[in-house]
Formats: sequence, structure tokens, C-alpha cells
Amino acid sequence: MQKTVVLGVIGADCHAVGNKILERALSEAGFNVVNIGVMCSQEEFINAAIETNADAILVSSLYGHGEIDCRGLREKCDEAGLKNILLYIGGNLVVGKQDWSDVEKRFKGMGFNRVYPPGTSPEIGIRDLKRDLGIED
Amino acid sequence: MDAALLIDFGSTYTKLTAVDLENEEILATAKDLTTVQTDIMIGFKNAFEKLKEKINLNKVNFVEKLACSSAAGGLKMVAIGLVPELTAEAAKRAALGAGARILGVYSFELTKFEIEEIIDKKPDIILLAGGTDGGNKDCIIHNAKLIAKYIIKNVPIVVAGNKNAQDEISDIFNKYNIYYKITENVMPKLNQINVEPARKVIREIFMEKIVEAKGMKRAEKFINGILMPTPAAVLKAAKILADGTDKEEGIGELIVVDIGGATTDVHSIASGEPSKAGVTLKGLPEPYAKRTVEGDLGMRVSAVSLLETAGIKRISKFIPNSKYDIEERCKFLQSNISFVPKNEEDLEFDESLGMVATEIAMERHVGTIECLYTPLGTIYSQVGKDLLNVKYLIGTGGVIVHSKNPKKILSTGKFDPAAPNYLKPVNPEILVDKEYILSAMGLLAEKYPDKALRIIKKYIVKV
Repeated sequence: MQKTVVLGVIGADCHAVGNKILERALSEAGFNVVNIGVMCSQEEFINAAIETNADAILVSSLYGHGEIDCRGLREKCDEAGLKNILLYIGGNLVVGKQDWSDVEKRFKGMGFNRVYPPGTSPEIGIRDLKRDLGIED
Repeated sequence: MDAALLIDFGSTYTKLTAVDLENEEILATAKDLTTVQTDIMIGFKNAFEKLKEKINLNKVNFVEKLACSSAAGGLKMVAIGLVPELTAEAAKRAALGAGARILGVYSFELTKFEIEEIIDKKPDIILLAGGTDGGNKDCIIHNAKLIAKYIIKNVPIVVAGNKNAQDEISDIFNKYNIYYKITENVMPKLNQINVEPARKVIREIFMEKIVEAKGMKRAEKFINGILMPTPAAVLKAAKILADGTDKEEGIGELIVVDIGGATTDVHSIASGEPSKAGVTLKGLPEPYAKRTVEGDLGMRVSAVSLLETAGIKRISKFIPNSKYDIEERCKFLQSNISFVPKNEEDLEFDESLGMVATEIAMERHVGTIECLYTPLGTIYSQVGKDLLNVKYLIGTGGVIVHSKNPKKILSTGKFDPAAPNYLKPVNPEILVDKEYILSAMGLLAEKYPDKALRIIKKYIVKV
């Protein structure tokens, strides 16, 4: 059974290139990718996940405001009936040079299952996704 | 001479249009009150008598008799989807495009309370959607089960949801002996809208079932068939005028504003892509042929709700020196639905209502643009259709057809620099359906598209 993932860039962020690269990499890895594109609100991620019965929501954020944009996403997922859906995030999540372990801790505290620093290759995310969804390679 | 008789069984009037098929001319039009309560043919015969006075029937051979109808409340529908902004919205648009009146839009898993509400509304057809293909199917199956269990058995259901739920839904409906038809998903992929197959099935059911249920079967003995709801005929005429046919060129992107007694309809035949660079499109893509219906904006039945929506100021802006008290006048018009303006002042008041109806209906139909200030600079995001560069704005409906100054009424549908976020047409040429033939031509276009198109071009006039 092919797994479905919702992919998009959150907030007022319009960085489209990484989004396209991720779409390509995930599709080639066998996922059914529902790409909602750039400048997406939390509600758009959630609505897309409901209609498509998605297994994971993959959020990108590159403009430094990820922390503000993502607050409450996990709670809204719970509210919308998306109990325990996988939430991943990656990109330039915060402003300035901050200690990564600290950033990761903060985003995990917000309910994200996996948090990736800038420059992570798509393969790493895909490997984790397969593991978390119990897909055999 | 070979001619076509085109009939519109309207909510108030039964309108006849006789067309000379050889010379492609309108021979005559006539109307009389619709009599759907007793026998639909009485009103038809009365109108036909009037038509006979205008043309010599010995010389005319009606080779086609086609009808559309919005009598007995029109085609009343309920649309059901999963997420309000997604499949429920797509279902609503499919129903609107089929010419329906929407009684309600429901989303997520229905409750027993909602089912009772739906039954009370007495829909003619229910459109059931939910889930993209391969997506969520629990919701639509839950809703199918509830519908099967509680809905009155003679309401036809159109199923246009997740493909993977079709088999299970068929089993449920077969078990309960429900009349249903399954068609393609209104949203096969996320944010991809696919309304035509559902529209087609709705029309089939309209012809097979609804015409009879509304007591109009008798009319079918005399005419070749009641082919579609009236709004669908107007949309068809608009589409053919814009796009043309195989042999005949169309005039390009256009908007039709149809101001009626109860509702104001707006049809746009245009892609609606952003006309400026650097604009991001948000939300569900819009259908190329889009229809919206404003149930609160009308000249008679909805005169009071128009006042409530617009407010006194917005109406008096267009009619500053009227002798009428606006509130009183709207109440009067609502309780006298067959009132016809008798003097200059009556006409002016009607025109001002028409102007407000056009302004608000267009605001709701067109897309909007929003300016966002982000760390990356100013970003423009567009929701809905950009109609700034649409070339033609066409008016139809009693108030426009009978007005001496239809251009004034329709001008409120143009872009307003004071409200620049509404993407209304900036400089459209304004045309008027002077002979009130658009719905008739939509019907004629079913069999004679080239002729219908040439007649529309001849009779839709520049003002």
C-alpha cells in the first residue's frame, strides 16, 4: 500500500525550489506526494491531510519564522482527528545562529516527530520516514 | 418555414421564443404566468395564444420544441463533502454549474440532526462527495450509510467522491433500494477540481426524474423535452458565445450578470489566471465556466434581503433624490412580486436596486487580491478568479432588459479604484441581451450550436 504524505512550505514563506526537490525525491522513493506548495497555512496542511488520508505531514520553513508559524499545529491536528499523524519539519527554522540541539528540542516540544537542520539531504528524511511508517526497503 | 419554439418555464413567467431557423432570426417572443400548481400546460397555452397573434402559424413549421425550467422552485440540491474548503466546496460548485439552487452544504461526518435538516429542506437531488481518490473514505461511507438509512427513498443521490469508496457505497445503496448514480470524483486529486462529470449526471437525473416529480411530465407530450434547468441554459449560451463552435468564432472571455426577482446570477467564462506578475494563487482552482447565485439579491422576492445585505446608504448612493422611503419601497416590492414599473420614479428605483445587486454579486463572484507584508517583502496573494482583463460584461434579466439605461446598471460591475482588491473587469465592453434570449439560445445550442451562436451575436447589442 502506497503511503501518502502532505508536503508544503508554511507561513508567508515562498521558497519554492527546495519544495520541488523534495517532491521529486519523495515521489521517486515511492511515496504518493500531495504537494500543497508555498505560503501554506496550518489549516491548509490539515485539510489536505484529512481529504487525502495522509500518513505524514512534512513542513518546510526557510525564512526564519518557522517557530511562530508552527505553534499549535500538533494541537490542531489532534483537534481535526489526525491523531498521531507524523509531523516532520526542516529548513532554516530560526533566526540567527542558535544551538541546533536547542532548536530541535523546542520543535520536538511542539509535537514534531523529526526536526532537520539546514542542508539535510532528502535521503535522510526519506530513510527516517520509511522507518517511522514501517516500510521495508 | 422551419422554426424552433423555445420555452422557459420560469418561476413566475412561462416565456416563449420563436426562432426562424433558416434566416436565423427571432420571429417573436411571448410570456404568461407559469401554472405549475395546476397544469403547466395552461400557462404555456396562454403564452402560445399571445405568440400566435404575432406570427402566422400557417407559414411556420415548428421542427423543434425545446424547454428549460426553473418552475416549482427550480432544481433544489444539497451538497455534501468532507472538508468545507475542499470537497464540500467542489461539490457545491458542481451543483451550481448544473443550474441548481443550493439549499445547504454539509461537511465531515453527518449527524442524525443534520440528516433531519436535509430531509426538511426537501432537496430534489443530493450530491455526495468526500475524499480525494485513494484518500479518506470513512467519511463518505459513513454519510452514505446515514443517508440510506434515513433519507426518503425517492431522493436521487449523485455519488462523486473517493473512487475507492464506490463499491462499498453501491452495496449500501443497493441494499436500501436507493436511486443513485456514481460518477467521477469532484476532486480526484487535492486542489484539482473536476465538476463536469457530476454536472452531466445531475442533468441526466433532472431529465429522467425531476421533470416528472415536479408535475411537468404532461408538457413533454407536446414538446420534445425539458432539457435542463434554466440557469444551465444561460451558462451554456454564455459558454458558446465565449468559446465559439467548430465552425464559428466566439467573442472571447466574458461575464454575464442575470438579475432576477429572487436571485442575481453571475456567470464568468474565463480562465481567471493572475494578470500581473508575482502573484501567488491561493485556494481551490475555479471552474473555467463559473456560476454563482446570490439568493439574497433580487428585485422582488429578495428586495428586503437585498436591503438588509446592502444597507440603506449603499442603495441611496445610487438614488439620492428619490421620493420613496427605501425601506418601505423594498417591502412593497417584495409583497408585489409581479409589479411592473409604471413611471420614471419606479424605474429609477428598480435601477438603483439593480445597480446594488450587480455591485455586490460581482464582488462575491470575482477573485480578491491581498497584500501581505512578509520578511521577504510585499507579496500578493490571489484567491478566486482575476477578471480584470475580461473583454465583455453582458447584462440580462428584466430590470436590465427593460431599462433605458442598462449601461448605468452594469457599470457597477466594473473595477472600482476605491475597492481595488476586487478583481472586477477594468474596461469591459457592456452588452445587453435586449430580446431576453440567452436561455432560449442555450437550449437551441444543444442541437444547432452554429445557428444559436450567430443569433446571439446578432441580438446581443452594444449599449
